[in-house]
Amino acid sequence: MRTGRVPGRAVVLGTALMTAALTLVPPFPARAQGPPRIVEITAKRFEFTPKEITLKQGEAVTLRLTTEDVTHGFYMKTLGIDAVIEPGHPTEITLTPQTAGSFTTICDHFCGEGHGNMHMKVVVE
Amino acid sequence: MSDRVDRRSFLKIAGTSLGIGALYKVAPLLGAEGEAGDVARTLWRRNGEKLKPFSFIQLSDTHVGFNGPPDPLGTQAFERAVEMINGLRHRPDLVLVSGDLTHDSEKPGEHADRMRRFKEIAGRLKVGAVHCIPGEHDAGLDGGALFRDAFGPTFYAFDHRGVHFIGLDNVSRAKPEVGPEQIAWLRKDLARFPETAPIVVFTHRPLFDLKPEWEWFTSDGDEVMNVLAPYQNVTVLYGHIHRHHEHTVGGVRHLAARSLIWAFPDPATTEDKKPLPLDKDQPFKNLGLRLVEEPKGRAGEPGRPTINEVELTMREYSGTVGLNQFLKEGAAR
Repeated sequence: MRTGRVPGRAVVLGTALMTAALTLVPPFPARAQGPPRIVEITAKRFEFTPKEITLKQGEAVTLRLTTEDVTHGFYMKTLGIDAVIEPGHPTEITLTPQTAGSFTTICDHFCGEGHGNMHMKVVVE
Repeated sequence: MSDRVDRRSFLKIAGTSLGIGALYKVAPLLGAEGEAGDVARTLWRRNGEKLKPFSFIQLSDTHVGFNGPPDPLGTQAFERAVEMINGLRHRPDLVLVSGDLTHDSEKPGEHADRMRRFKEIAGRLKVGAVHCIPGEHDAGLDGGALFRDAFGPTFYAFDHRGVHFIGLDNVSRAKPEVGPEQIAWLRKDLARFPETAPIVVFTHRPLFDLKPEWEWFTSDGDEVMNVLAPYQNVTVLYGHIHRHHEHTVGGVRHLAARSLIWAFPDPATTEDKKPLPLDKDQPFKNLGLRLVEEPKGRAGEPGRPTINEVELTMREYSGTVGLNQFLKEGAAR
């Protein structure tokens, strides 16, 4: 598993779990609450599916990212997420969003002509 | 001594949209009296090269091979830019091209053909040297292999008349980053220069967070700027955003040049990253040639640009050394 390093950001590759930064603490609020809800996100040139997900403030959630074709990125600076999605290797990111808002996530791993508009929205309410 | 010198008075790089990207006039205060003159003479001794005024052009985002909406003009704007540069009475010493020379293609051989086409058009430039660095559309899919075959290294440095130029690659790693190896190279490259050395960095993506949601950033841009921080006369030129933009932070000016294929809107007022639509009556509007019009009666045909349009653009970004002189030269065409 290749792991990148970006100071101040949570970088998650492969199946490793990590807690997204910013105000997303603590990583696992309480075992008694059970495992985090899993949200599936699929990447393919040049879109994410679904195009929008909604998370709840204070609720731990695991984003499971897969790609149907080439390597993609999953980047959301505000939430401190900087991941690579490689073919055949799901990437899981566990986070507990603390800040409400609408956050645009982009593919930041160049994947072809339409790469510049490959994005989705994460709404925290 | 450097503490007593107004750094802005020492190296003045005047960026202005000429309708051909941007022209920069470098005037290191030759013959200056007082402290600024002392700095110039000290640099001469330390760098071994006498500072002389000169100009250079920045072109960006020609996207050779792209021929669809919103801009069906193909290479017309790029070729017009080359004509304009060659028509200048006093030609610039250099042309820097800050990435996205070509539009990527996965059709076998197509991208290489586009790279050759770029070289053919750029080869018409009658200037001393053309220096290119890649954009993500040139190098994002193959790690820069095709670019290196065509132009050599994707990052490099050179000196010209007392100014140190550094071309940085923030696209070949597929993600918007320079990478630790290149940053180590940069640190080593700069080590021989005094803190007062005039430095021009040219790269593709902005080295600061201009609009991360539109991928207008470089993730390790802060690390690059930290390496450059001790130097007092740094200017960063970049492309990628297809519009003029100026940003100053930490005493460093970051300037983006317009594209020669299509323009993006202002991210401060627009949510969607969609190119501005083509204005059929003004096909070069918002591009590098946006203020250059055809002579009356020849709309839609290639023609010599009128100087008034160039002058208007220059007024917009005026207040620069050598500007009036350049205008006179252009007006005589």
